[in-house]
Amino acid sequence: MNFQILQSGDSALTVQFEKKISKEINACVVALEKAVTDRQISGVIELIPAFCSLTVLYDCTVISSSKLKKIITALGSSIKANDSSVSVIWDIPVCYSRKYALDMDNVINHTGLSEEEIIALHTSEPYLIYMLGFLPGFAYLGGMSEKLFTPRLSNPRTEIFQGAVGIGGEQTGIYPIASPGGWQLIGKTPVKVFDPGRESPILYKAGDYIKFYSISEQEYDSIEAEINAGTFQVKSRESEI
Amino acid sequence: MIEIINGGMLSTVQDYGRFGVMKTGFTQSGAMDRHSMQVANIICGNSPDAPVVEMTMVGITAKFTDEHRFCLSGGTFNSTLNGRPISNNKCFTAKAGDVLTVSNCKNGMRIYLAVSGGIDVPPIMGSASTNLKLHLGGYEGRALKRGDVLNTGKASECNSEKETECETYEKSVEIRVVQGPQYDMFTETDKKLFFSQTYCVTPYLDRMGIRLNGIALKGKDGLDIISDGICFGSIQIARSGMPIILMADHQTAGGYAKIVNVISVDLGRLAQVKQNDMIKFKLISVKKAEKLALKEKKYIKKLARS
Repeated sequence: MNFQILQSGDSALTVQFEKKISKEINACVVALEKAVTDRQISGVIELIPAFCSLTVLYDCTVISSSKLKKIITALGSSIKANDSSVSVIWDIPVCYSRKYALDMDNVINHTGLSEEEIIALHTSEPYLIYMLGFLPGFAYLGGMSEKLFTPRLSNPRTEIFQGAVGIGGEQTGIYPIASPGGWQLIGKTPVKVFDPGRESPILYKAGDYIKFYSISEQEYDSIEAEINAGTFQVKSRESEI
Repeated sequence: MIEIINGGMLSTVQDYGRFGVMKTGFTQSGAMDRHSMQVANIICGNSPDAPVVEMTMVGITAKFTDEHRFCLSGGTFNSTLNGRPISNNKCFTAKAGDVLTVSNCKNGMRIYLAVSGGIDVPPIMGSASTNLKLHLGGYEGRALKRGDVLNTGKASECNSEKETECETYEKSVEIRVVQGPQYDMFTETDKKLFFSQTYCVTPYLDRMGIRLNGIALKGKDGLDIISDGICFGSIQIARSGMPIILMADHQTAGGYAKIVNVISVDLGRLAQVKQNDMIKFKLISVKKAEKLALKEKKYIKKLARS
């Protein structure tokens, strides 16, 4: 896969792959992120994987741009998009009850589907996490069925509750913390995808998948109680996708 | 301990920032003017990255409950210890009951208070820095206010003889930059305009970013990109054609073209600009920027050893 290495200040490089949003290109970003991490390059501070680029932040007093470019070029030329065919899938419980699905009627009206069909479609396929950004743990997900595409609210809410699951145009996702937003809310997860007190504050990473499953209000309450007691484990599994 | 009598305008606990978390969408935070933070720490005998109090425009009034060395560095504020004026970049010893007042700012925008032992707050994700948006880190995730009590860490044995020249910040500054990742998305006319005009600092400046006003840039073919990573000092050109300089609390990724990026050693100076200040940008090579960063590192090391 072709890429270009762009300077992003004196202490960062952005490895730019073909400028489009696709699974194959994003897989290259994730594979390169892994390769750079595994190489443990002295001076590299952190990496920001995005849709089709990887930004590498480094200490320019430890490693120079030209040296780092050489290392990344070598690492980049040996990665293949299909290197990461085994992915982690996170099973996230969502309660689609009207108690939380404040905009279910909008989605029903726009898509022409029934509530049951919407829930069935929304929980049918795993969604790829292209990148995290905007808020801690906010996952840009790809792969939602076209049938569910619904435009954002014309008047965004000033506050959306933590754990809200919504549809915004062609995207779907979870609000990791309370935040203003314009997505159509169709449910809520009791899972804390972002918990600053946890050893890994963010549950998942770019390149993983999220698969939603539907739970009742009672199940929501009991999972929430388990989460508060620290006894709930979010299920994750490795799978070839 | 230090009791806050008045929290000032925006006073937060900061260190270098939170690293390794941007890939999760989490802002780095940290001191806006890292140079001044390091100088303040070194002069009062701390390691350069010990947590400090960053103050903005109007500083804190605070009472020391026990004896402490301390140092102020950064902008010039009206600062007194028990009513007696004190200067920046010099180590002072406060006794129990002494009152430090850092009132209004005369030059620059931000001042740093380092206290021997460093400000002791529980680290969140490896850092003492305050993330105001998420109400995390620092002192209860927020700006300091009356009644807060700051703990300090164990002070080092140290001579407090270190002293260094104070900085002054001009109203009109030249900020050095290197090419940004989307430099080529701009026309030659855009680039000429960017480097020849003097931008004015708008009232929209905070820990997230500094918005500038000037003649709009157009871009070759729009200014939107597929979101990519952002760094401290990235200068993005918004749809309005105006630059936004992204500072310590910047978002991790964004969808506007980044024309240039401020070099590391000029970020501290940039943290001291105020509304209506004038900024001109100068393009330099990455090699030159690296040399300047090494020089700064040597300066800090030398100060620590002296």
